[in-house]
Amino acid sequence: MTMDIIAKSAGELHVLLADKEISATELTKAYLGRIQKLENKVQAFVTVTEDVALAQAAEVDVKIARGEKIGLLEGIPMALKDNMCTNGVRTTCSSKMLENFVPPYDATVAERLRQAGAVLLGKLNMDEFAMGSSNENSRFFPTRNPWDLERVPGGSSGGAVASVAADEAVFALGSDTGGSIRQPAAFCGVVGMKPTYGTVSRYGLIAFASSLDQVGPITKDVRDNAMVMNIIAGHDAKDSTSVPYDKPDYTQFLVNDIKGLKIGVPREYFAKGMDPATAKVIEEAIETLKDLGAEIEECSMPHTEYAMPAYYLIAPAECSSNLARYDGVRYGYRATEAEDILGMFKKTRAEGFGTEVKRRIMLGTYALSSGYYDAYYLKAQKVRTLIKQDFDQAFEKYDVLLSPTAPTPAFKLGEKSADPLTMYLSDVCTVPVNLAGIPAISLPAGFVNGLPVGLQLMGKHFDEGTLYRVAYTFEQNTGFHKVKPNLTAEVSA
Amino acid sequence: MVKILNISRGDVEQVALLARLELTEQEIVLYTGQLDSILEYAEVLNRLDTENVVPTAHAVPLHNVLRDDQVKPSLAQEKVLANAPEVEDGFFRVPKIV
Repeated sequence: MTMDIIAKSAGELHVLLADKEISATELTKAYLGRIQKLENKVQAFVTVTEDVALAQAAEVDVKIARGEKIGLLEGIPMALKDNMCTNGVRTTCSSKMLENFVPPYDATVAERLRQAGAVLLGKLNMDEFAMGSSNENSRFFPTRNPWDLERVPGGSSGGAVASVAADEAVFALGSDTGGSIRQPAAFCGVVGMKPTYGTVSRYGLIAFASSLDQVGPITKDVRDNAMVMNIIAGHDAKDSTSVPYDKPDYTQFLVNDIKGLKIGVPREYFAKGMDPATAKVIEEAIETLKDLGAEIEECSMPHTEYAMPAYYLIAPAECSSNLARYDGVRYGYRATEAEDILGMFKKTRAEGFGTEVKRRIMLGTYALSSGYYDAYYLKAQKVRTLIKQDFDQAFEKYDVLLSPTAPTPAFKLGEKSADPLTMYLSDVCTVPVNLAGIPAISLPAGFVNGLPVGLQLMGKHFDEGTLYRVAYTFEQNTGFHKVKPNLTAEVSA
Repeated sequence: MVKILNISRGDVEQVALLARLELTEQEIVLYTGQLDSILEYAEVLNRLDTENVVPTAHAVPLHNVLRDDQVKPSLAQEKVLANAPEVEDGFFRVPKIV
């Protein structure tokens, strides 16, 4: 029975809870047990909140016993990437800088999930301060890909996707600045949505790049993803970059029909460096969508190759500004051997931050400094306009755009960590989306040598609905999401 | 068009000071090389004529999002100080400044 429960989606579990076939406490215990069994292999969690989880589950059981109706996410065990503040629960960004930081408030997304009755299993490992594409930049330990423990889960939401792929959580929240939900979702065979910029509150999300960051759901299937979006999305007065918009019920778009829908496939996303086997999986997915009635054709987005260099100037620039607050004064790590304040700042930041974080702070500081601001940062922001215009023009003709999520399947631990540029190139298909602020989803599209491959769908601003419709149709007609990694064979009972 | 110069060791030391980062000798050498490569890669942006292009600072059109100036309670002092490395009399205590 436990194995069945573990594999189920939130949608399926809600029915079991509402029908009293399983209690919230039993469900939470099953997931906590799974975490205990697998964590020495997967290492997705930084903090497991067992007591909090059981207390929350007990509250849901009281409600059910009283005969009250429960919400769709009520009693559903989930986990949060460790860059989302949780009141009273350690939040580290997988950094030494915040190793012992306990936030005195909840991020809005955490609060909304809590109010919806979801059960918090714990906080998930990530690349430090969300900077990375493999989860190898965590200051604590690397998370492993449940499909092949010698490989990376992707990053920076590596712990979040690994936990869902390994059924250690029913769903998770990740964050995406240049692909950090979508790329790991592709590597681990789960569904990951980066919503339109401004749809989901960033209040309490520890900032990396303020004009690019978005929180989004990571789930076992498309329905769950829409269910979670319903809870976390929507204007928040505490986030001045949050947009007041007419929030729909996203589950209404879960319709198995894409006849006549126009899909563009930008040829520049099948760039050199793309693994041919991965390209083949995507081409087969395109054929499937054609068979399902979509009108698909190749198109061009001429500024695509400029997105990466623009991103690697804009994101580090914004990061250098956001991470200036970590100075050892009010919270977080403080170096102990300093004689004066300047020494304290310099040592605290040198010791508190890891290599990639320091590299990006340096790059960003340089790009913004006097004499270089115009040549680098301002130039990149102008190129950003051109990239956004490419999307605006494409969406005059097409309803959604399609591409691979990543140029290869998951690579081995250590394979790309020697050269930062090589690592950055794994984001080539995802970064343009953040620059334009549009929504995009990655969903399982097949396998290469047993490793998942993700299909990316990109949509117009605020048109997550069409993305969900295409994703749901594809999923229901292929069933890749039902294939699970063979973890228990590698884990001793 | 502005000519982009790649980064030198002196630049790296200056930037480290601005960013309040103490770097080891090894790190200075490493970062100089790596940042130089990244900036070299970014030179490709110069192929584009952006003379008449307006920069995008924000992906969605929002301007001056303000609220009415109403006084509301803020975070309690004990909570503010709870994560502090060193506290004295309700102050954050730090090494000498002057």
